[in-house]
Amino acid sequence: MNNIFADIQLATPEIFVFSMACIILLVDRFTHERMPKVSFLLTQFTLLAGLFLVFTTVPEGGSARAFNDMFVLDGMATLSKQAVLFLTFIVLIYSYSYITERKMYRGEYFVLILNAVLGMMVMISASHFLTVYIGLELLSLSLYTLVAMNRDSDLATEAAMKYFVLGALASGMLLYGMSMIYGATGSLDIETIRDAIQGMESDDVMLILGLVFIVVGIGFKLGVVPFHMWIPAIYQGAPTSVVLFIGTAPKVAAFALIMRLLVDGFQGLAVSWSDMLVIIAILSMATGNLLAIVQTNLKRMLAFSTISHMGYFLLGILSANPNGYSASFFYIIIYSFTSLAAFGLIIMMSRAGFEAEEISDYKGLNKRHPWFAFLVALVMFSMAGIPPTVGFFAKLSVIQALIDVEMYWLAVVAVLFAVIGAYYYLRIVKTLYFDKPETSEPVTAKPGMQFVLSVNVIALIIIMPWIGVIMDFCRNAISTMG
Amino acid sequence: MFEANQLSLAIWLPIIGGIAVLATGNDQRAALARIVALVVSIATLLVTLPLYSGFEKATGDMQFIEHYQWIPALNINYSLAIDGIALLLILLTAFTTIIVVISAWQVIQEKVAQYFAAFLIMEGLMIGVFSATDAILFYVFWEAMLIPMFLIIGIWGGPNRIYATIKFFLYTLLGSLLMLVALIYLYIKSGNSFALADMYAVKLSLTEQIWLFSAFFMAFAVKIPMFPVHTWLPDAHVEAPAGGSVVLAAIMLKMGAYGFIRFNLPITPDASHSLSGVIIVLSLIAIVYISMVALAQTDMKRLIAYSSIAHMGFVTLGLFVFNKMAVEGAIIQMISHGFISGAMFLCVGVLYDRMHTRTMSDYGGVANTMPKFAAFMMFFAMANAGLPGTSGFVGEFLVILGVFQVNPWYAIIAGTTLILGAAYTLWMYKRVIFGAVSNDNVKALMDINNREGFYLLILTLSVLLMGLWPAPFLEIIHTSVDKLLTLAAVTKL
Repeated sequence: MNNIFADIQLATPEIFVFSMACIILLVDRFTHERMPKVSFLLTQFTLLAGLFLVFTTVPEGGSARAFNDMFVLDGMATLSKQAVLFLTFIVLIYSYSYITERKMYRGEYFVLILNAVLGMMVMISASHFLTVYIGLELLSLSLYTLVAMNRDSDLATEAAMKYFVLGALASGMLLYGMSMIYGATGSLDIETIRDAIQGMESDDVMLILGLVFIVVGIGFKLGVVPFHMWIPAIYQGAPTSVVLFIGTAPKVAAFALIMRLLVDGFQGLAVSWSDMLVIIAILSMATGNLLAIVQTNLKRMLAFSTISHMGYFLLGILSANPNGYSASFFYIIIYSFTSLAAFGLIIMMSRAGFEAEEISDYKGLNKRHPWFAFLVALVMFSMAGIPPTVGFFAKLSVIQALIDVEMYWLAVVAVLFAVIGAYYYLRIVKTLYFDKPETSEPVTAKPGMQFVLSVNVIALIIIMPWIGVIMDFCRNAISTMG
Repeated sequence: MFEANQLSLAIWLPIIGGIAVLATGNDQRAALARIVALVVSIATLLVTLPLYSGFEKATGDMQFIEHYQWIPALNINYSLAIDGIALLLILLTAFTTIIVVISAWQVIQEKVAQYFAAFLIMEGLMIGVFSATDAILFYVFWEAMLIPMFLIIGIWGGPNRIYATIKFFLYTLLGSLLMLVALIYLYIKSGNSFALADMYAVKLSLTEQIWLFSAFFMAFAVKIPMFPVHTWLPDAHVEAPAGGSVVLAAIMLKMGAYGFIRFNLPITPDASHSLSGVIIVLSLIAIVYISMVALAQTDMKRLIAYSSIAHMGFVTLGLFVFNKMAVEGAIIQMISHGFISGAMFLCVGVLYDRMHTRTMSDYGGVANTMPKFAAFMMFFAMANAGLPGTSGFVGEFLVILGVFQVNPWYAIIAGTTLILGAAYTLWMYKRVIFGAVSNDNVKALMDINNREGFYLLILTLSVLLMGLWPAPFLEIIHTSVDKLLTLAAVTKL
C-alpha cells in the first residue's frame, strides 16, 4: 500500500471538482430564488480553481500512478484536463444568456456540467478498464440528461432518447470488449494487458474480437462512421448550449480515451487497430463531407462537419507513432476551439424565441453586422483548413504524420475530401457576404459575450506566430506517456 | 531595424494598412477609407523601392534574407529572401495595387472600406508569396490569397459572380492541396526541412520526380492557367470587378509561372526535362487554339481573358525550352503582360462604368464621343498585339528567338500569335471604337476624366519604357536566370 496522501494529492483536481459539484447542488437550493447567479459564479470559480490545481499537481518526472495503478497522471493527462476545464469555462460564458432566456437556468444544469467534467477528468487519467468505464459513464449519463434539459421540446426529447439508447449500446459494446480482453489476458489493468499482449500471438481470436468491440465502442463515443447516427440528431435537437458543450470538451476526452485504450493498452496490436481506423477515417471523411453539402440547417451541417473532422483526427492516431499522436492531439485541441467559436456564434445570433439555426438566417449578415459576418467567415475558413487560420495547421500536422509513415494514397484521399469539404464552408461564407438579407432587423448581443467570442475567433488567426508553441506542448505531453 | 526587415515591412505594411482601412467602418466614411488606402499603397511602393536600389545585380543568390524560427516541431521557419525574378514581381505588385486603388476611386460605392482592404491585404500576401523561401510559409501566403479574391469577385462582381467565385476557389484549392502533399513528401525526403534550398539539394528518383512534378503542375497550371485547366479564368475575369480583373491578370496569373520557376524547375529538373515536351505542346495549344477562341468572343472581358491565357502560353513555352534567352523573355513577358492586360481590363472597366455592358455589339463609334480614351486604348491594343516599341514585343520576341534556337518549328507555331493576337485585338477595337455612332447610349458617352487619364497615362509610360529600354529589367534577372538554369540542368538522379 502506497502512501495514501500522495495518492490523494495527485487526484486533488478531481476531488475538488466533485466536492464543489455537491456544494453547488446544496447551495443552489437556497440561492435559487433570490440570487440565481450564485450557482453560475460558483461553477465558473470551480472550473478556474480546478484549472489552477491541475497546473500545480504536476508529478515529478512527468508521470505518476496512484490508487493501485488505477489512476495515472502524465503530461497528456495534464494538458487534456487543462483543455477540458478551460473549454468548459468558455462554454458556460457563451451559454449563460442562452439558458437564462430559455428558462433552462437551474442549479442542476451546472451540477451536471461539473459531473461531466469530472467524468472526463477521470477518463483522461484512467489506467484501468474500470476507471475508464466509470469516467465514461459519468460523462455519458450527465450528457444524456443535459440533452433532455429542455423538457418541453419534442426534438430535444427525441434527441436525448436516441443518444441514450445508442450510448448505452456503445457502453455495452465497450464492456463486452473489455470482458473478452480480461478473458484473454486475465487483467483489467492497462499496463498489465499491454505486457500480456506482447507475449501472445497477434492473431489470437479472443484478443482481436475484444479489440474489435472496443474500437466499436470508441467509434460510437467519438461519432465516426458507421457509428455516427446519433450525431446529427443530437446536434440538431439538443439545446445549442448543450451542443456547444458536447462538441468541444468531450472530444478532447475522447482523444485521451483512445490514447489510454488503443495506444497504451493495445500497442502490440497496433497493426490491427490501425487498419480498422483507416476504414473508419475514410468513411467518416467521405460521409461527413458529402452529407454536409445537402444540409440546410446549420447545426446539422456542423454535425456532419464534426464527423468528417473526427475522420481527419483519426489520421494521426492511425499512423501509430508518437509523431502521429501529437498531431492528432494538436488537431483535436484546435478543432475544439474552432467548434467552440462556431456554436458560440450560433448562440450569439439567436435570441429568446428565435434560434438562428437555418443557414438562410445568415443571409446577407455582412450588411446587417459586418463584424459578426467576419467572425463567422473566419471560423468557416478555419474549419475548411484554409491558411492563415489555425485549421490549416491542424490538417497539415495530420497529413504530415500520414506521409511520414508512407501512407501517400490516404493523404491524397484526405486532401480530396478537404476540397469537397471546403465547398460547404464556402457556401456559408457566400450566404454571409453575397446574398441579400431577408430581414433588416439589427443583430444584438451582450457586449461581454461579444468580446469573449471575438477574442476566441480572432485567436484562430492571431495565434499564428505562436502555433509552434502549442505543437510543442502536444509533443511534450505525448512524450511523457509510458 | 527596417534595414534588416525590408521584406517583412513590404508584406505587413499593406496587410496592417488593410486592417486599418477596414476599421474606418461603413460607407459614411468612404472618403477616409479611400485616402488611407491610397496612402498605404503608395507607402508600400516606397518601401519596395529600396529593394531595387539595394539589390546586388552581380549575384544570383538570394538577398535581403530574413530568418526566424516559427514552428520548431515541424521545422517550419519564417524565412524570406528574394532574387531578381521575385524582385520584379514584387515591384509589379506594389505598382499595380496603386493603379487598382486609383481606378476604384469613384467606381466602387458600396462597402468601400472592405473593397480597398481586400486589395491591400492581398497585396501583402502576394508579396509574401514572391519572397517566401520556406515551403509552408509560401503555401500559407499562397492559399490565404484565395480568401480576399473570393470575396472581391463574390461581392463586387457581375451577375454570375457566385458561380464564378466558387469555381475559382475550388479549382485553385484542389491544385494547391496536392502541392501541399508534395511539399510534405519533400520535407520527409530532405530530412525534415521545409527550406527551399534543402529541397533543391535532395536526390530524387525519376518516378518520384514525375509524381512531384505532377502535383506542382496541378497547383501552378491551374493558376497560370494552362490549357486544359483554364476554364475558370474567363468566368472569374468576366464576373470580377475591374480592379479584381487587373490583379488577377497582372499578378495572380504570374504566381503560377513563378511557382514553376521556384519549384518545378529546380526541385524536379529531370522530370522537367523529360516532361518538357508535354508542357511545350500545351503551351502551343494555348497560344494557337486559345487565340482562335478569343476571336470568337462577343464579350470584351472574355476576349481579353482568353488573350491572357494565350500570352501566358508564351511564358510556359519560354520556361520549358531551357534556353537563357527564352527564360528571360518569359519573365519579361510576365511583367509586360501585367501592364498590358491590366490596362486592357481598365479600359473595358472605363466603358463598363458608363454603359454597364461588355458586349461588343452594344458599342460602335466610341471614338466619336471619347477621342482621348480611344487613343489610349489604341495604344494598349497595339501593345497587346505585340507591336515593336511596346513591352509586349520584347517578351514575345525574346521567347521566339530563344525557342528558335532549340526547335524552329515551335518558334514558327508560336509566331502565329503575332497574327492571331493582332487579329482578335484589333478586330475588337474596330468593332467597339470605330465606325459611326451606333446608338444613343454611345452618343451620350463622356470622355475620360483626369483620374482615369492619369492611371492610363502611367500605364502607357510603363509599357513604352519597357518596350524601348528593357535593359534595367533584364539586368536584374540575368544572374538569377543563370542560377535557375544551372539548378535546372543538374541531374538529381
